[in-house]
Amino acid sequence: MKKGYLGLDIGSISTKGVIADADGRIVAEEYIWTEGNPIGAVKTVLRGLKSRTGDIRIASVGTTGSARKLIGAMLGADVVKNEITAHAVGTMSVFPSVRTIFEIGGQDSKIILIDNGIVVDYAMNTLCAAGTGSFLSSQAKRLGMDVEDFGGLALMSKNPTKIAARCTVFAESDLVHKAQIGHKKEDIVAGLCMAVVSNYLNNVGKGKSIRAPIVFQGGVSKNIGVVRAFEIVTGERILVDPNSHLMGALGAALLAKNAESGRVFDMDTAEADFKTVGYECPKCPNHCEIICFYRDGELIDAWGSRCENADVKAAPALTKDA
Amino acid sequence: MQRTQKVISFPHMGSYHVPIEIFLGLIFPDHRIMTAPRITKRTLELGSRYSPDFVCVPFKYNLGNYIEALELGANVLIQAGGGCRYGYYAEIQELILRDLGYEFEFIKLLSDRVSPLNLYRICRRIGTRLSFRQFVYYLLVAVRMVKIIDETEAYIRENIGFETVPRSFEDLHEEFFKALRKVRTFKSLRAVAREYGRRFRALKTDKPADCLKVGVVGELYTLMEPFSNFFIEKELAKNRIQVSRYITVSFLLFEKRRVQKRVLKAAGKYLKYHIGADGTDSVERAKTLAERGYDGIIHLKPFGCMPEVNAMPMLQNISRDYGIPVLYFSFDSQTSETGVRTRLEAFYDMLVMRKEKCV
Repeated sequence: MKKGYLGLDIGSISTKGVIADADGRIVAEEYIWTEGNPIGAVKTVLRGLKSRTGDIRIASVGTTGSARKLIGAMLGADVVKNEITAHAVGTMSVFPSVRTIFEIGGQDSKIILIDNGIVVDYAMNTLCAAGTGSFLSSQAKRLGMDVEDFGGLALMSKNPTKIAARCTVFAESDLVHKAQIGHKKEDIVAGLCMAVVSNYLNNVGKGKSIRAPIVFQGGVSKNIGVVRAFEIVTGERILVDPNSHLMGALGAALLAKNAESGRVFDMDTAEADFKTVGYECPKCPNHCEIICFYRDGELIDAWGSRCENADVKAAPALTKDA
Repeated sequence: MQRTQKVISFPHMGSYHVPIEIFLGLIFPDHRIMTAPRITKRTLELGSRYSPDFVCVPFKYNLGNYIEALELGANVLIQAGGGCRYGYYAEIQELILRDLGYEFEFIKLLSDRVSPLNLYRICRRIGTRLSFRQFVYYLLVAVRMVKIIDETEAYIRENIGFETVPRSFEDLHEEFFKALRKVRTFKSLRAVAREYGRRFRALKTDKPADCLKVGVVGELYTLMEPFSNFFIEKELAKNRIQVSRYITVSFLLFEKRRVQKRVLKAAGKYLKYHIGADGTDSVERAKTLAERGYDGIIHLKPFGCMPEVNAMPMLQNISRDYGIPVLYFSFDSQTSETGVRTRLEAFYDMLVMRKEKCV
């Protein structure tokens, strides 16, 4: 029986799962929308992966993404890692000589600088989601088109419209205005792609020395218009892997491989009844919001407390529905 | 003489409420000293509700502290000034609190007008019966106490991550404050300082010589009030990191003015002029930390803090020139804890990977 390593990247918008083999190659993958239900999404992903692999033994599990902790507890993961480390590890396994990683996802964007296979610097967007995937999809909706068609249309433009990139709200009013005074749709779309890129480089990429080879990934990397805009602005070739959306999950799988514990992971673990119960700790005015996590009615983990006073065992009494 | 009993309160910052409380207790034996309730989410919610939205977050914490103290009966509030727009905060906070219908006396200590004599005059007005000589004696005790606390806490920051008995530093820290609360004279203060200096150094640690070292620089309030920075020093220590910070109350009150010129000079080619409040210190410290071989720097500021925004381009240059990573945080009342954790965790992973590469 072959050995495999499971990596899950549970993001705010989409959930990605891969099984990597002993050589770090992806043997099965799954990609679905999280839809605000990470536990449900992971169950679906695992069912999909199982049906696709058949005879494989999962030796260890890694989780990353914003729901990494929750899913890590759910599956008893061997590794629970932040997105930056996971993305760097995943990308370096595909592009060993990479120096710069651009990553734009649904809600966040980051830049990772690598020197000799080591992450030497990184930055993430701070206060707002301007210039990320959710901004592009909301603007696509405003223009009455699918975000998937965005890139192709942008490439047809010969004279991209200039759109203010500083802030989503400004960009949006600028876009409406330009549309109303007669700018062509493809020019506006191309301008929007350019706005995303300059917003990214001015905020996340500020003060960082960007060196080739540059790899671009995350959901927005599927948008050929944004890729083109990056190439124009940086003057470098931008590498986009066909699996660019899976790099975080792949990284989690590779990190899990290094932390192999010898036990065998049962894919059916996920089929248990998982439930989270939230309650406010009443012991001081801080009112920590504590999350208790149950598997088949049994408490397996709890978090959210700022001190040691919180009594998680008392949670079921406080919340009768547990 | 006085018709109602005075209840004196002041905002929180780190553990400085202890020496302030002791000092005020000595100066005003006839009045009640009430430290504002410990900062919790409620404090911040109250403060944000009544603050201008774009004011920096220390304003909101202070206002929350005042409201919670007023709710418990405080009627004399103290605010100190700062080197940036913080200097105007007292005026606005007083207005807001009066508009909310509270009645109180508001004492504003602006840093450029603080002298022992001036302080004495203010305290006379509030109602102290001490002579100037006695007053100065207690003031000096309090000043010395702040220095001792700062020195002790600097030692804790650099070693707590390596304690072999869990909570041993925290427990002794609490005991140390309990002992300080009994101090009335220089003699007893010296005794406490000596005893706890020895006991802290006797705590067992397994600190390796080449441990990871991180310096924190930035704006004073977010540096010194752990609640406002999501207990960043504690989080770092959990990962076995030595944490160094130079902005303390003793530095700001007693050293800063003296070393200002030297600091600007030490910032070297990165600064020609002062850039306001603690911005110059952030740049100079970052450069010094880089030269001393620290593994990383964390820069903290409240969202919208001008002096620290001024410092950031220089920090980026230092980061590039010395190859030292700098992690930037902007804190506001809405900051997500998960976001802070993720960035901090990634920073730690990166430092470990960089260190392994060098070996």
